[in-house]
Amino acid sequence: MTGTVRIAIAQCAPALGAFGRNLEMHERWIARAREADARLVVFPELSLTGYYVKDLAGELACAAEDPRLARIAAASRDIDVIAGFIERAPDARLHIASGYWSGGSLRHVHRKVYLPTYGIFDDGRYFGAGERFATFESVAGPAGIAICEDLWHLSVPYLYSAAGATIIFAPSDSPGRGVAEGGDLGTADSCRLMDRFYAQYLTLYIVFANRVGHEDGIGFWGGSEVVAPDGSVIARAAEFEEELLLAEIDPALTARERERNPLIRDEREDLVLRHLADRLGLSPRAER
Amino acid sequence: MTGSRAVVLRPGDLAPLRIDEALVRRMLVSFLRDETAKAGMGRVVIGLSGGVDSAVVAALAALAFGSDRVTALFTPYRTSAPASRVDARLVAGAYGIALEEIDITPQIDAYMQRVPEADRVRIGNKMARERKSIEYDRSWPDALVLGTSNKTELLLGYGTQFGDLASALNPIGDLYKTQVRELATELGVPAQVVAKAPSADLWGGPDRRGGARLRLRRGRPHPVRARRSAAPARGPGRPGVRRRAHRPHP
Repeated sequence: MTGTVRIAIAQCAPALGAFGRNLEMHERWIARAREADARLVVFPELSLTGYYVKDLAGELACAAEDPRLARIAAASRDIDVIAGFIERAPDARLHIASGYWSGGSLRHVHRKVYLPTYGIFDDGRYFGAGERFATFESVAGPAGIAICEDLWHLSVPYLYSAAGATIIFAPSDSPGRGVAEGGDLGTADSCRLMDRFYAQYLTLYIVFANRVGHEDGIGFWGGSEVVAPDGSVIARAAEFEEELLLAEIDPALTARERERNPLIRDEREDLVLRHLADRLGLSPRAER
Repeated sequence: MTGSRAVVLRPGDLAPLRIDEALVRRMLVSFLRDETAKAGMGRVVIGLSGGVDSAVVAALAALAFGSDRVTALFTPYRTSAPASRVDARLVAGAYGIALEEIDITPQIDAYMQRVPEADRVRIGNKMARERKSIEYDRSWPDALVLGTSNKTELLLGYGTQFGDLASALNPIGDLYKTQVRELATELGVPAQVVAKAPSADLWGGPDRRGGARLRLRRGRPHPVRARRSAAPARGPGRPGVRRRAHRPHP
């Protein structure tokens, strides 16, 4: 791949439970991103439904081929789109999902694997967990999607990186918490630490797309950002306000950084596998 | 970036509970605007008592909506401390909010004559509900009633159900009393209001509902914090910063 790829993050405030209104909102942001010459626009987690949907989950859910998603597909004819929806799987399970639409059709779906059920979170009560981390070809290179809590699990970016991803999209609905004196919002601090660490040590791009707005007194803090494989923050949105954030993804930078810092080249996946297999009693030796 | 220094909390050390006032102000103003707009309303009603809690809520409301969209009510009973009126006026003046005074003595006395056995806690609860009833009446047709109960009171159960505890939105419900005072200073609440001892002013003086004597002045341990400070160590922290034991999260 040559040249840079401009991407956009739609740091928006989806309306809770208002699928139709959110569809229109998506079309407006997609148009703005297209006007800004972006080739991909990334929406936050559950951008078509809102986050704390609770018992509305079933009503808002749609199958990947549902006609209600056709407008997103149509909008993806000349700009790729990552948007969040509730997927009703063929086995009737409901999943928090993010789809990748390109050239007028849905090319990839990631189902959130790690569903937080502690503190203010209740994902596991309403949704089924995804079971795989599959990479796919995005306009900005081989990619993986980690939805919000997925990114907090170290193994997730690691697995994507092992499978060849050079960019990880992290659509999130992160509530702002931790207002201690003398620093940034506690949540922001933690997210930025993760983004920078993963980007630099897996030498890939991290695209953190967080929402804003309030649901039932919970405030989502925004602060979306893109971190490059050298650990530099190349774009960051304001906190608590809507913003279309633009960033240039540069495959040449990834290549340079991986030459200079060949952590992925030298990574011993076989050792990781052997250790985990031993631990789980799956290795040939353990069977003896 | 967050460091990994372990932090040992000492009894009486308020550092872990200190807030970034400017950040909290921003969050709460945006919370008020957003939730009020979602409800299709553009105006709010607040009971101004002359104390720091309602002063902070009034200041936040003036920032969020403009002072002309804030209806502030001072609702004294005949035993209310004269200083409360002075302070309520001071607060309203500081934010350019018009203050209306509604004396609740006639309706409270009319009802209480029929229940001569009622003790002062019961009378106090009745007054708190009367005030809230007026606030809700005055919210018609396009306003939301804002709450003024802080987290310390809420955790201790110090409040009257359907009285001062009632509201459509409560912007300070997740702030301890000490944190409300920090925010008050940031918002420019007059110093005499920030400094005064907490009082429901239900029967004059700082002695409170149910006879509970609570010391919430800055620098003194309040019950919630005292319990928290029994934890031996917490992290993460940064040089010069002690973090709340929050688990920041997606």
